[in-house]
Amino acid sequence: MSVEVFVRHDFPGFALDVAFALPKPGVTALFGASGAGKTTIVNAIAGTFRPQNGRIVVAGRTVLDTSAGIFVSPQQRRAGMVFQDARLFPHMSVRDNLLFGWRRAAVPADAAEIDRIVALLGLERLLERRPRMLSGGEKGRVALGRALLSSPEILLLDEPLAALDAQRRAEILPFLERLRDEAGLPMLYVSHALDEVARLADDIVVIKDGRSVLSGSVFDVVTGLELPALAGAPPVGAVIAATVALPRDDGLTALAFDGGTLLVSELGTPAGARLRVRIRAEEIMLALEEPRGISANNVLACRVIALAEAGPQADVQLTCGATRLVARITRASARRLELAAGKPVFAIVKSVTVDAPSRACDWP
Amino acid sequence: MDAILTPPESEALLLSLRISCVAVFAALPLAFAAALLLARTRFPGKTLIDGLIHVPLVLPPVAIGFLLLTALGTRGALGGWLLHAFGIRFVFSWTGAALASAIITFPFQVRAIRLSLEAIDPGLQQAAQTLGATWWDRMLNITLPLALPGIAAGIVTAFAASLGEFGAIITFVSNIEGETRTLPLAIYTALQSPGGDAEAMRLSLLSIGLALVFMTLAELAQRRARA
Repeated sequence: MSVEVFVRHDFPGFALDVAFALPKPGVTALFGASGAGKTTIVNAIAGTFRPQNGRIVVAGRTVLDTSAGIFVSPQQRRAGMVFQDARLFPHMSVRDNLLFGWRRAAVPADAAEIDRIVALLGLERLLERRPRMLSGGEKGRVALGRALLSSPEILLLDEPLAALDAQRRAEILPFLERLRDEAGLPMLYVSHALDEVARLADDIVVIKDGRSVLSGSVFDVVTGLELPALAGAPPVGAVIAATVALPRDDGLTALAFDGGTLLVSELGTPAGARLRVRIRAEEIMLALEEPRGISANNVLACRVIALAEAGPQADVQLTCGATRLVARITRASARRLELAAGKPVFAIVKSVTVDAPSRACDWP
Repeated sequence: MDAILTPPESEALLLSLRISCVAVFAALPLAFAAALLLARTRFPGKTLIDGLIHVPLVLPPVAIGFLLLTALGTRGALGGWLLHAFGIRFVFSWTGAALASAIITFPFQVRAIRLSLEAIDPGLQQAAQTLGATWWDRMLNITLPLALPGIAAGIVTAFAASLGEFGAIITFVSNIEGETRTLPLAIYTALQSPGGDAEAMRLSLLSIGLALVFMTLAELAQRRARA
């Protein structure tokens, strides 16, 4: 189920030149600022944009190869596309929208799949409605279901949350997580919001000015010190794959990860469940000695890997076992503590964000 | 109907309806294609095509009738060829009246359809394409249904305009009772004959009634198009 993408195209005043691969099913984020060329890449994969030069292979099928004169039309590519503005057909009911691609699929999924996806996306009560009677979040879910039911070989999500407010986003994100964990499809998720990417993606390709400048697993890329300069976004403190440990009786839940344990407010999630935990770089304080008499529950013994100064700030990359963290502190503090590569420090984690349970497989 | 209208009068009414029907529905596919071309494509000479389509709006109908007579008269180049090759004759025939009406009302149809086509989100085409819909599939299941209010508005407006057509018809196909004498021509004929004022008034009132019906229909269609 691998996907290979190479696209080169000269626009007036802008050149697109990217190459990347999606090695396995799961979510790869195309991350970058607006205007970096992300949507054009997605359109090239879907076939609605035809680049001057390119080679695109989806699930073993070459859908574009300009040097060999291969161009598979978008209607034959079976790329499930979810647009930022949903693009539901206004003259059809939700049901007919959902079935539009299903009816046209070369090998349509069996009818049970329709019920499964309708249930997965919580659309049961909306089926007879017209799109204009739906909220933004509902439209997004229908668009997602419509793409999924077209039996796609890849799912392309072009900023599906960008047009929504925080509440609607919160309404859709869990569905996207369920999809990631259950659909078993390669998914390309276009976004300029690092928190979304950190929450959803397994891998990241960073696009800047039409080029793919950085790629790798989400755990490495978002805690890389190159990211702020490349993407103009502050680093994420950490994205950690954790497992719910045995229950405690003090109102906290212990999450074990490769490097230690984090204590968070009780989750009500059974032991053994896999979770993704995010920590913001600003939420990590550093101390040279193990702090005592401190209210923070999470103090992790780490070692400094690298340091990057950014104006009055300094980003300190740490390793805690096999897990990477980044603390954003002031440059003055970094100098006062004489931080340097190899120095042992204690990371005091002020707060932690826990994302919904994730699939129980292939964590790195 | 005969209680209100004399046989020649009801004949004029039915002839008017028939000519307008044929004119509007024969021109509809062409009008849709022209609207599609103007709304969806860019090509050199597009402004010229756009202008040509709208010429009948600004040209005196009598001039159009005269041009048609010159081109399609039995001694005209095109008309002579049509007559000899296919036995088709437009002059002095109701089909000629329908042709004249079609040309005059063509811009109304194109405009209404084009507006509704331009109002369709172009992103829907892309969406339908990625879901496996071919060009014809998209035309039939996305474009056509969404353009329907505009098509309806175009039909009704063109029909109403066609019912009132006078100059082009009388110039091109003359004023032959039962063949080309539509309502406006019948009114004109009544006015030419002594004591025909009452008949002219009856036919005028009938025209007003018809016009009201169609303008209401057009308004309803427009309103649906905007909704």
